[in-house]
Amino acid sequence: MQINFLGKNLHTPLVLASGVLGNNKAILERVWENGCGLPTMKSIGPAPREGHKNPTVIDLGNGLINAVGLPSPGYLNMEEEWQELSDRVFPITASIYGGSVEEFVQVAAFVSAKGPDFIELNISCPNSDQHGMVFGVNAQSSHDVVAAVKKVIHVPLIAKLTPAAPDIATIAKACEDAGADAICAINTAGPGMVIDIESRSPVLAFKKGGLSGPMIKPIAVRCVYDIFRSVSIPIIGLGGISTGKDAIEIIMAGATLVGIGTAVRYRGITVFDKVNKEISDWLAVHDTSMEEIRGAAHREAL
Amino acid sequence: MITQLMPAMVKVADKDVHSPEFATLYVNQHIDFKPGQFVMVWIPGVDEKPYTISHHSPERFGITVEAKGLFSRKAVSLGPGDKIGIRGPFGNGFNMGIGHKRVAVVAGGCGMAPLAPLVETFQTDKGPEVFLIQGARSKSFLLYPDRFAAKAEICTDDGSKGYKGFVTDILVQKIKDLSAISTPAFDMVYACGPEIMMAKVFDICEVHSIPCQVSLERYMRCGFGVCGACVCGHAVVCKDGPVFGSKMLRTMADFNTRALLKTGQPVPLNEYATWRCQ
Ligand SMILES: Cc1cc2nc3c(=O)[nH]c(=O)nc-3n(C[C@H](O)[C@H](O)[C@H](O)COP(=O)(O)OP(=O)(O)OC[C@H]3O[C@@H](n4cnc5c(N)ncnc54)[C@H](O)[C@@H]3O)c2cc1C
Ligand SMILES: Cc1cc2nc3c(=O)[nH]c(=O)nc-3n(C[C@H](O)[C@H](O)[C@H](O)COP(=O)(O)O)c2cc1C
Ligand code: FES
Repeated sequence: MQINFLGKNLHTPLVLASGVLGNNKAILERVWENGCGLPTMKSIGPAPREGHKNPTVIDLGNGLINAVGLPSPGYLNMEEEWQELSDRVFPITASIYGGSVEEFVQVAAFVSAKGPDFIELNISCPNSDQHGMVFGVNAQSSHDVVAAVKKVIHVPLIAKLTPAAPDIATIAKACEDAGADAICAINTAGPGMVIDIESRSPVLAFKKGGLSGPMIKPIAVRCVYDIFRSVSIPIIGLGGISTGKDAIEIIMAGATLVGIGTAVRYRGITVFDKVNKEISDWLAVHDTSMEEIRGAAHREAL
Repeated sequence: MITQLMPAMVKVADKDVHSPEFATLYVNQHIDFKPGQFVMVWIPGVDEKPYTISHHSPERFGITVEAKGLFSRKAVSLGPGDKIGIRGPFGNGFNMGIGHKRVAVVAGGCGMAPLAPLVETFQTDKGPEVFLIQGARSKSFLLYPDRFAAKAEICTDDGSKGYKGFVTDILVQKIKDLSAISTPAFDMVYACGPEIMMAKVFDICEVHSIPCQVSLERYMRCGFGVCGACVCGHAVVCKDGPVFGSKMLRTMADFNTRALLKTGQPVPLNEYATWRCQ
């Protein structure tokens, strides 16, 4: 199921979500070998960060709640990894975050020079007080950060959005207008909270956390549907996708590529091969293609 | 009920204090368990960390903690009636093999914790003959000295008990002795301790064509193979491990060389931490 994405040939339409497993070259490669067309690195930040104390990730059965807290060596401390990645045979997206437009620009310029295939702006992480989501809930600040970063990088830019935005279609349009080459939707939903009633305390050390996995799929499908109607750049549909049928659903909402994160928990690293096969099987049975079904859910309305 | 989902709050029922550094906390609950697996232990308001199950019976289990940092000092200070949150068990356990006649179990320091239920399982299951080699910094760091029927070869770094030197010296000697009688000397070698010790055990086993299994340790967050904090080469320690066999160890670039800090930064193993079992 080869697919062309922003001029790059990917061996499958599946993307590994940022923050899931992508901590070193060996794992990114293993995910790619297991059927992921485009692995995303863990988000890279402006300074070293340890993230939050544990518990940081809890399985609720129908999805996860997490407040890992954007751990990162910091963009200046990753020479060894870039060195190893330099002779890779697979494509990668580098995800970055910052606490201000200046920080985003600083990190983006540096990372762009290291030659990833794409750069994704995480303007949507709920798990830090200073970083991320503050940008992604406002059209003007989303526009500003995308426009500023676009000037200093030499690879296509993907803007990753949060479902917490009051009107995600407007944010997506602002990113497109500012020069974004693609949209990735969605980051985790919420934030939510779970309380242990015996100890009477929130389970996550950070108290609140982002929701992912099957329980947020309807939100992701709605967001991709809304975004598809407002932009003409491609969309990476992400959020609760676990099976081939889930993938078909979000493609019908308008996604070109399909991201997978939490499903690694429920179906293992081989989830990519499984979902690819399930997509192909479904397409074969229905005698159709990815291109034909992309945005199909809009047909009547269009 | 204890599951891999939300931590279940359980009462510490009992406590064994082994030495100023080591204590075992017992919980009177059943947990579906295989030797080598671990649980995430939560102390609300403090932190949550992985611990191997070191005692197991149908109605209770225990974890043994070495007091070394903020969390573990708090853990060993807990006693009967105190509540902790447990989720798990996670990871694979030791593969106990079929038809093994003779195995070696090599433990360094609190590396004895995951190996103890393994030794006990072998002893109750008409299992193989077990050669237990147990090492520690000094006599007071030897875990469970009177727990097993199997006689252990003891060694300490300072010679305060048993042989003065490394567990690996004894392993080499044993393999040499037994090779005169049968090859291979052991059908399997199981090891847990400082990574440098496990790497030596692995090398020795490779030279003598003996398969081995070792239990690795990395910083963990989720415990179930999603967050990536614990990667070691292309392996995910919490999910693919923590027990790894020879075949996997041969291909794991970071085994005994590199580990990730909490920030995700890879550093040489000796820089990673003052290794807990040293
Ligand atoms: C699968 C698994 C099973 C484990 N089983 C046990 C067990 O049965 N008994 C037991 O006592 N401990 C076990 N540990 C280690 C345990 O999870 C803690 O890391 C340890 O108790 C130190 O925690 P702390 O918060 O007290 O120390 P910290 O305050 O975090 O640190 C104290 C010292 O320990 C070092 N350290 C912390 N974490 C690690 C680590 N992951 N690896 C190496 N060094 C570290 C620090 O650098 C520092 O020098 C296990 C770890 C894993 C991954
Ligand atoms: C443990 C965990 C860590 C995450 N870390 C990041 C991150 O660093 N950067 C980011 O952009 N998204 C991060 N995410 C969000 C995912 O990339 C993804 O957008 C979200 O989980 C929804 O997809 P899913 O339901 O398939 O997991 C993280 C998600 C999880 C579960
Ligand atoms: S601890 Fe999260 S992947 Fe291992």
